[in-house]
Amino acid sequence: MITLEPRGEPSRSMAWLSPVLAAGLTLLSGFLLFTLLGQDPFDAMVTILYTPIADTQGIAELCVKATPILLCAIGLSVVFKAQIWNIGAEGQLLMGGLCGSYMALQLLEADGIWVLPLVLISGVLGGMFWAGIAAVLKVRFNTNEILTTIMMNYIALNLLLWAVHGPLKDPDGFNFPESALFGDAAILPILIDGTRVHFGLLLALLAVVAVWVLMSRSFYGFQIRVMGLDAGAARLAGFRERRLVYVALLISGALAGLAGVGEVAGPIGQLVPQISPGYGYAAIIVAFLGRLHPLGITLATFLMALLYMGGEMAQIGLGLPLALTELFQGMLLFYLLACDVLINFRFRLKRKAVTGIQG
Amino acid sequence: MPDPAGVARLTLRNITKQYPGCLANDSIDLTIAPAEIHALLGENGAGKSTLMKIIYGLVKPDRGELLWDGKPVTIRDPAHARKLGIGMVFQHFSLFDTLTVTENIALALGDEAGALDTLAERIRTVSSRYGMAIEPDREVHTLSVGERQRVEIVRCLVQDIKLLILDEPTSVLTPQEVETLFVTLRRLAAEGCAILFISHKLHEVKALCHNATVLRAGRVSGECDPTAVDTTHMARLMVGEDTPVSTTYPKALGTEAVLEVEGLSLHSPDPFGVHLNDISLTVHAGEIVGIAGVAGNGQAELLACLSGEQRIRQGETLSLCKVDVGDLRPDQRRALGLAFVPEERLGRGAVPAMSLSENALLTGYLHGPVKHGMVAWHKVAAFADEIISRYKVKTPGRQARADSLSGGNLQKFIIGREILQQPRVLIAAHPTWGVDIGAATAIHNALIELRDSGVGILVISEDIDELFEISDRIGAICDGRLSPVIPTPQSSIEALGRMMAGDFSAAGGDA
Repeated sequence: MITLEPRGEPSRSMAWLSPVLAAGLTLLSGFLLFTLLGQDPFDAMVTILYTPIADTQGIAELCVKATPILLCAIGLSVVFKAQIWNIGAEGQLLMGGLCGSYMALQLLEADGIWVLPLVLISGVLGGMFWAGIAAVLKVRFNTNEILTTIMMNYIALNLLLWAVHGPLKDPDGFNFPESALFGDAAILPILIDGTRVHFGLLLALLAVVAVWVLMSRSFYGFQIRVMGLDAGAARLAGFRERRLVYVALLISGALAGLAGVGEVAGPIGQLVPQISPGYGYAAIIVAFLGRLHPLGITLATFLMALLYMGGEMAQIGLGLPLALTELFQGMLLFYLLACDVLINFRFRLKRKAVTGIQG
Repeated sequence: MPDPAGVARLTLRNITKQYPGCLANDSIDLTIAPAEIHALLGENGAGKSTLMKIIYGLVKPDRGELLWDGKPVTIRDPAHARKLGIGMVFQHFSLFDTLTVTENIALALGDEAGALDTLAERIRTVSSRYGMAIEPDREVHTLSVGERQRVEIVRCLVQDIKLLILDEPTSVLTPQEVETLFVTLRRLAAEGCAILFISHKLHEVKALCHNATVLRAGRVSGECDPTAVDTTHMARLMVGEDTPVSTTYPKALGTEAVLEVEGLSLHSPDPFGVHLNDISLTVHAGEIVGIAGVAGNGQAELLACLSGEQRIRQGETLSLCKVDVGDLRPDQRRALGLAFVPEERLGRGAVPAMSLSENALLTGYLHGPVKHGMVAWHKVAAFADEIISRYKVKTPGRQARADSLSGGNLQKFIIGREILQQPRVLIAAHPTWGVDIGAATAIHNALIELRDSGVGILVISEDIDELFEISDRIGAICDGRLSPVIPTPQSSIEALGRMMAGDFSAAGGDA
C-alpha cells in the first residue's frame, strides 16, 4: 500500500520540481487525450508546442503574447505573497485598456513625446482604480477580496463592451463595435523591425526586475511577506497592515492596467471588445506555476504564451476547438496543486503497519 | 498505597514510536498498579505526550506491547480506550463553551449518556463524592478554568474508570486549587483507580505520587519513589548531569519609573474576553516585576495594551519613560525603547517560515539595517549572527527557518533579539513556557543581567516558581484586576495563590 507520510520539513527541491512534474503530467494527459480523439498524439503535440515557435516570427509572436501575461503575473506575485487573493487581474487589465483607450482617443490629433506616457499612465491608473475599490472594501468592510475582484471582472468587461458599443465607438466605423485607430503618437514603438514585438515587453521585463528588488531588497517587500506569512507577527512588529494591503493591491492593479493599455496601444492599436483572451486569469496560474518567484514567473509566462499560440495552431491545423488552451491551462494548475502535496509529504511503500497482538 | 502483589493495571513493554526525524519513544517500559498514583516526568519533547497518546489509542506504536489487567491488548482508538476504563484529561480542554456541563458530558459519552436529567443527577453524585463542586446546568463559558478542569475529570468519572491520565493538570490552577485537586485524586486512588500524572513540577510529584518514571529524550532515564528522594535527584534524571538545575538571584531595588500604567480599564469586544478593570502598575528601571495569574484572567488583554496592538484612546493611562504612549503604534513604542517578547513564539514572536536573519529584521528594523526603505541584508546577517553567538542559540546557521528550532532555542533567539536592541523596558510573556530547563536558566540569567544593566522588566507568567525566582516585586492578575504589587521577599506562595484567586487582602497592607 502506498501512503503519504509527512516530511520533517518542507522539501526545497520539490518546491521547484513540482511545476516541472506538473508540466510533464499535463503533457502525458494531453497525449492520452489526443489519442482518444483519434489524432496522432505526436503530431498534435508538435503542432501545439513546437510549430508556433518554429521560426523567428513565431518566437516574436510568443513575446507579444507573453508581455501582458508577464505584467499581470508579476503584479499578482506581490499580492499573493501578502496572502491577498486578487482574482481580478483580468478586470484590472480591461480597465487599463479602457482608460488608456479613452485617453488615446482624446489625443487622436495630438503629437509629441508626451502623448504615449499620458496614455500609459491613464491605463495604469485605470487598473489601480479597479484594484483600489477591492482594497477599500477589504480594509474598510473586511470584504473577501476573492469575491469582490471576481465580480469586478464582470463589471469591467461590461463597462468596456458598453464603451466600445457606445461613446468610444468610431463614428466613421460603419457601426462596427470598435474605436477609431489610435494616433501614431499613442502607439508603443516596435522593438524589432518586421515583428510585432513592442516596447511593452521591455516595460514588462523592467517590472519583473522592479518587483524582484521590491520583494527581496526593500523593507516594504519584507513587510508584505511577513504580513502574508504571519499577520500576528506583522501586527506585533508594528507594520501597518491597512497600508500594506493598499500598496500590494495597487501595485498588482497598476501592472495589470499597464498590461491592458499595452495591448490596446500595442499590437491592437484601437479599443475592441476582445482585448484579452483571459490573460488575467492565465496569470494566476502562471504566478503559482512560477512559485511567485520573478524568474519562475518569467519562465512560466512563456510556457503559458506557448499554450495560447498552440491552441490557435491546433484550431487551424487540426480542427480542434480553441477550448483546448483552457483545458491545458486547467490541467496544468490542477496537476500543480496536486504535486505541491509532495513539498510537505512523501510517498512511502508500506506493508501492514503494526504487528500488534489483538486483545 | 498500591498493592504490589496484585496484577498490574497497565503494563507497557518495549514501546517504541518513530516519527520522521525523531525517535519519540524508545523501548519504554512502564507499570502502574491499581490504586497507584504514578508520575510521568520529563521535559518538553521527552516523549511524555506520545506515550500517553499511545495509551489512549490516539497513536499506534511501531513496536512493543501493552498489557491491560495482565492481558495483551491493542487499543484501536480513544473510544476503545474509554471502553476499557481509561479516561484522559488533556491540557487543553475539549469543551463547548455554549453548552451546559451536562450537555458537554453527554456529548462525550455518546449513547451511554442516557437521559439528560438522570445524567445530571449522576454528575451531582460523582462531583460531591469526590469533593469537586460543579453545577450540571451551568453553561461552560461561565466556569473558571479550574471548574472546567473539574468538568473534564467528572466526565471521566461518570464512566466506570480504572485508569485516569492527567496531562499537566496543575498548569492552569492556583496553588489552592491544586491542593483541592490532589485531595480528589487521593480519594480516587484510594478507591482503586490507577492515576497517571504527567508533570514537570517536581514538588507536586513529591506531594502526590507513589512512583515516578522519568523520561529523557524518548527513553526511560530512571524510576524512583518521589516520597523518598529529593527533587534535585529527580531534576537530574530529567535533564542529565551537565545542566545547572536552579540558581537563586539576589533581589534588586528599582530606581526611576520607566513604565507607568494608571487606571487602565478596557472593555473587551470578544464575548469570551476579559475586561480590564482599573489596572495600575509601575515598573522601575533596574527591577523585575512579576505578574502571576491563571491563564485567561486578562493577561492577553493587558499585554495587547502594553505592546500597542490594542491602542488606548483615553490619555494619561500608559506612559513609557514619562512619554504618554497610549495612542502610539507598536513600532512607535519600540522607537521609544520598548521591547516585547510575546507568549506565542511561533506566530507572533517569530515568523515560522522565515529564516533567522529575516526574523532578526522583524523587530530589529529600527536600529540601522533599513536605509531609504531598502534593507541592508549584510547588517541584518551580522545582527542575527550576534544574537546566535551571544545567546548560544543552537542552529545550523542564520539561514535556518525559525520553525526548525526547538522552543528553547527559538526563545533564546527572540529574547536575545529584543535585548540586543538595548531597550529601556522589556515586557516578557511566559518567557520560559515549554522551554527545557537548560534554556530556561539561560533566559533567566539574560533577564537578570539586563535588569542589572538598568532596564525595567515586566514578566507575566503562569509559572509561580519562576516568578519567585526572578522577580523583585510580585503581584497577581485575576478577572481583569491587578493586585497590589509587593516586594517578593514579603510575599509567599500561599499569599500569591490567594491573590491569583482574586483575594487581594493578603497584599493590601504592604503595597
